Parts: sequence; C-alpha cells; structure tokens
Amino acid sequence: MNPDTTSTPQEAPAETGFTRRDATKLAVVAGGLGLVALAGKTLSKLKTTAASQQPRGPQTVREVAPLGTVPVDGQEDVLVRMQDELRRAMAKPIEQRRWKMVIDQRKCVGCHACTVACIAENKLPSGVVYRPVMTETTGTFPNLATRFTPRPCMQCENPPCVPVCPVEATYRRPDGITAIDYDHCIGCGYCITACPYNARTRDLGENYTAGTPMAGRAPYEKLSSNEYGKCWDRQNHDSPVGNARKCQFCVHRLEEGLLPQCVTTCIGRANFFGDANDPDSLVAEMAAKASAHVLLPEMGTKPSVVYLS
Amino acid sequence: MNPAIAPYRFLLWAGWLGLAVLGGWGVFERLFHGHGQANYGSYVVWGLWVSGYIYYIGLSAGAFLLSSLIYVFGVHKLERIGRLALLVAVITLAMALVAIFFDLGREWRFTHVFLSPNFSSMMAWMVWLYTAYFLVLLLELWFALRPSLAQWAGEEGLRGRLGRMLSGSRAPLTEAQCREGAGWLRALATVGVPLAVTFHGGVGALFGTLSAHPSWHTPLMPVLFLTGALVSGGGLMAFTAAAFWPQQDRVWRESLTLIGKAVLGLLLFDLMLEWAEFSIPMWYGVGGEYDHLMNVLFGEYWYVFWVCHILLGTLVPLALLAFRGREPWAIGTAGLLIAFTFVAVRLNIVIPALTDPNLVGLESSFTDARLRFSYLPSFFEWQVIAGIVALGCALFYLGLRLLPVTTPEPQPKAP
Repeated sequence: MNPDTTSTPQEAPAETGFTRRDATKLAVVAGGLGLVALAGKTLSKLKTTAASQQPRGPQTVREVAPLGTVPVDGQEDVLVRMQDELRRAMAKPIEQRRWKMVIDQRKCVGCHACTVACIAENKLPSGVVYRPVMTETTGTFPNLATRFTPRPCMQCENPPCVPVCPVEATYRRPDGITAIDYDHCIGCGYCITACPYNARTRDLGENYTAGTPMAGRAPYEKLSSNEYGKCWDRQNHDSPVGNARKCQFCVHRLEEGLLPQCVTTCIGRANFFGDANDPDSLVAEMAAKASAHVLLPEMGTKPSVVYLS
Repeated sequence: MNPAIAPYRFLLWAGWLGLAVLGGWGVFERLFHGHGQANYGSYVVWGLWVSGYIYYIGLSAGAFLLSSLIYVFGVHKLERIGRLALLVAVITLAMALVAIFFDLGREWRFTHVFLSPNFSSMMAWMVWLYTAYFLVLLLELWFALRPSLAQWAGEEGLRGRLGRMLSGSRAPLTEAQCREGAGWLRALATVGVPLAVTFHGGVGALFGTLSAHPSWHTPLMPVLFLTGALVSGGGLMAFTAAAFWPQQDRVWRESLTLIGKAVLGLLLFDLMLEWAEFSIPMWYGVGGEYDHLMNVLFGEYWYVFWVCHILLGTLVPLALLAFRGREPWAIGTAGLLIAFTFVAVRLNIVIPALTDPNLVGLESSFTDARLRFSYLPSFFEWQVIAGIVALGCALFYLGLRLLPVTTPEPQPKAP
C-alpha cells in the first residue's frame, strides 16, 4: 500500500465535524474522570491519619508531680520556674496550651551543647540535625562582633510545610507543635523544600559509624528514639529512615512533665520555654520584650520561636 | 528503522547494553542499599532524579500535546506520527514515574497518595492528575493502534497473536467500528489536552507555590513548565520521527518540516520567556534574586546554562532549524539536541534554588556531608538515570517492533 495515498479512518469525524455521538463519548470520558475524582474526595474524607485523629479535651490533661525538693519562690533558677510552669500547663487540655520558645542571643555563647543534647535525646543519625547553632560574624578587624543563633523548628502558626504534604503526614497539633507521622510519611521531601528555615532534614538511613567496623552497631545506634511518645527503631531500615524529620519541642518529654532537652542543657540559660497562653509564665514575659523578633518575618509564617537580641 | 541509522545498529546496541548494565547495577544498589551513595541530602533534598522526573514528564506532556494536534485539531499533515507520539508520551511518563519512585524515601508507600490524599498539596493534585492522564493516554494509544492490530488478527505467529490479544478482535475492523474508535480517540484526546496542560502546569505550580524559594515562587513557573514541555517534547518527536520512521517519502519530509517549524517557533517563544525570567529580576543588579541568577549564569556550574542549554540546546538547534529547516537530518539533529540538553534547564530549576539558604550561617553551623548547600550528582545517581534511559529505550524498541506504530493505517473494510 502506498502510504502517501492512505486515507485514515480518523479523518472522517474531523471532516464531518463534532457530532452528538462525539459529544456523548466526550461526556463519558470526562464523567469517568469525574468519578475517579469523586472517589478521591470520598477517600480523603474517610482517611484515618494521625492528623485527622488528634486527641483533644480532658483525655489530654497530664498530672505532673510538683517539685518536692526545690523551692519555687522567685529566687530560683529559671529552669525550676519553667519546670513548675510546665506542670501548670500540662494540667490543661492540649488545645489550651500554646508552646513557645524564647532564645536570648545575648546569653548564647555558641557552645553547641543544645545541638549535641538534641542529637542524644532524639538519637539522631548523621545527616539529621534539629537544632544547629548558626554563627554570624559582622564587622572588620579589630571591630568584630559574633552572634549565635540556635535554630530549632519554628513551630510556625502558619507552617508552610503542612499544607504541602501530599498525604497529610505532617500536621499542626492543637498545642501548636508541627508533628510528623513517621508511619505515614512517604519521604518525598516536599515539606523540606517548603520550609524557609531549612528546619526539616531527611533521614537517609545513615549512621555516624558508617565505614567503620562498628557500622550501625554502636550501642547508641541500637537505641530507639522516643519522638512523639512512641518507640522508633531505625534498625532494619524502619521509619524514621526515609522520612522527613524535625524538632518537635521534645513532645515526648513534655508529656512526662520535662522541659525540652535543649532548654535544660543550655549552660547560659539562654532558652526559655513554656505556655504562651499562661500570662504569668516566664516565656510569655520574655516574648513581650521590646527586643523580641522572629527569623524571616517576611515569610509570614508566624514562628513560635522568638529571639531576643 | 530508518535506513539512515541502520548502519549504526551495532553501536546503538552496544550503547544500550552499556546503559542497561550500568543502570541495572545502580537500580540494584538503590533498591537494596537505599540512598547511601546519592549526593543529595537534607538541605539539597532534591537532585538529579527529581530533575530527571520533571524532564521526562515534560517530554511526555510535550509529545502528547503534539499528538493532540492530530486527534483534536485535525492537523492531517502530522497524522502519521500520531501513534508514535502517543507511544513516546506513554514511555516517557513511565520513565518519569520510575525516576520519582527511586527518589522517595519510603517508596513503597506511594499508595498513600491515592488512599489518603491531601488535596491542599500541589503534589497530591499532580499525582492524581498524571494518574488520570496515564489512563487517558493508555486508552488513547489503544484506540489509535486498534485498527492496525485488528488487521494483524487474521495472521499466524506472534503478530497475529498480539493483534488478537491487544485489539480484542479476530478480524479487521469494519468501517463503522473504525469510525466508532476514531470518535473515542477524539474524545479521549480532547479530555487529554486540558489534563496534560493542567498536570504539567501543576508540576510547575508544585515549585511555584513554595514561597520559601524566591526563584521558584513566580507565577511564570507553570507557563515555563508548559512551554518547556512543548519545546522538549516537540524536539524529541522531531528526532524520533526523523530517526525511526521507516519510509522516507514525501509525506514524511512534509511532516518533519512542519514539526521542525513548530519546534522553531516554540523554541523562540521559550527563549523570550527565559529572557523575561532572567532579565526582569536582574535588570538593576540588585536584590536577592539577582545573586541567585548570577550564580546560575556565572557560578561554579555556569556551563550547564551556557554550554548545555544556550549553545547546544538553543543556538545550534535554532541555526539548524532556521537555515536547514527542510532537511530531515537537520530537523532530527536539532530535535535531539533540544530534547537531550533540556535536562540542563530542569537541573537549573531544581538545584540552584536549594543551594541558596535563606539563613546566614546555616551552611557552616553543622559539619556533615548531608548538611551542605552544594550538590553535584554522584556516579550512582547517573547510574540510576542510565538505567531509566535504558528502560525507556527498551520499551521504545519493543513498541516499535511489536506494535503497529509506524505502519500505515489500514483501509477500513466495508461491513
């Protein structure tokens, strides 16, 4: 057959124009896709993710024992006061708490103890860090100044990382903490790119001992992480390997009436933590200082981490 | 196969074998040892594979939109490459999905996007839209091939078995059946056009909606993605039609010339958009975007833009299409250059934005190979890409050999 002279069956409808029969077919195809979309919408309503099943109300109240051996009288270490305020906050339902962190940059000496304590607390592997301390030097010699900026997750009121998650594995808890459901996260990294603070990191399944005879078998690498009050075992490549990971204000410690690890470890008492909904709390008092500011305010994320400088 | 490339058959096979072995090794490493050998990390979280994904998906959308010129808009001059364009669109989409599958941290949980989607996320929209697009594409390909497959149904051997199995008919289609099929094809292609535009615009919006990266956060992003898809997909079709079409006749030359003209126009339009993309933020030499774009143009990887994209991907094809626009070899070479080097554009979208921290001092706050604001794909990442290319080539070859993609369509038999 000479291909030059071949007339094709597709030509006929094009020549005769758009018929009623064509319109019916078009409607069937479009309708089919519409049905698929409807199924998706129904599925999204039926889903039972951690984000859609967050506990609220009286069941979230925690009774934390008061400090028995240390006097709380206004002259105490700020940690003792914040510990007492934490007890007060945990006695309220979760939706009435609003966790806030204030970091006094004038007190921070850049020792990185908080970074290391966080790694130890959350059993962070290589490639994952929740609270690095940024060092910025300004001026020229001999007029120099150095500023240290610890950068935990900002636990934004308007978190850009939450709406981008395609499976709702990341969500904002009623107490303002942005959490990740490690059992649900697909590890696409979209939330990591959405965070303007680079506060999210990717667990690629590596260990600090990689390339050594102890690779992955050092005792501390066998310990489970207790993030979100659960037991996460990275061995055998289980979650959170492959997931996005981030600071969550040590919620597993808060549930037990303990301050976040970075706060208790700070040697200069530069960290303040507590319930911003409690007007008598130290953190509410510090956050109201004239020198208080947030990182990248132009992003409109409304961070819950405030800096004093 | 086109007689012009037949003498290079051995070289092509050797090249494919090399890609397949390298790629197979890389894919094995990825499946059994994870991401360990990749160079992306926690800050540059997306690398070569995500760039490859948006590159392939652009090729697919471009090839598909070219096929819609025939099935929706009735451009009969291109009719003969319609089925080839659909085959290329299906294969490049499959390649894109494989690339993004390997990039996922928990790849086997991809079903979560279907079972518990979050429709506020552009990514969820993109996945749902390209799933719908994939279904439409497969059905369209089937309707386009069915008359020829049914023609084979009466034959003995593999062709006959394939014809019967795939066409669902034991005899050549009647004229009424052909018309019926053509109607469905037209309906599918009509729905497919907005779907392809939406889903590929959606890939652009996936980046464009992120305010964290000013270079992505521009309303131009979905438009750039669409034009890029048309240019790169058109280029790939120009090359495919030039290199793999068996009959080098007058119609083939006319079709190729038309594709060449379309690609030339699209390339110029894309160049204009790119000029806007670079010149507007850079004009007064001040602002955050200026530094970012200076890094793209004159940073460490300047050659990705100037050599791969501008010289090989734009200027040489422009010259070939403008001055040798009637010669098949020139159209094919221009198409190959455009399609192949377009990956440089995709890399320049994904990588530089991620190597640019918003916070001063973060890059030196913690020493770890995964916590760096620099990135160069590792050998392992290239290996996986080689594997995906080998897979695509194999699927294309099988499609070309086993399916009636380049054979003339049969005359319908009267009932």
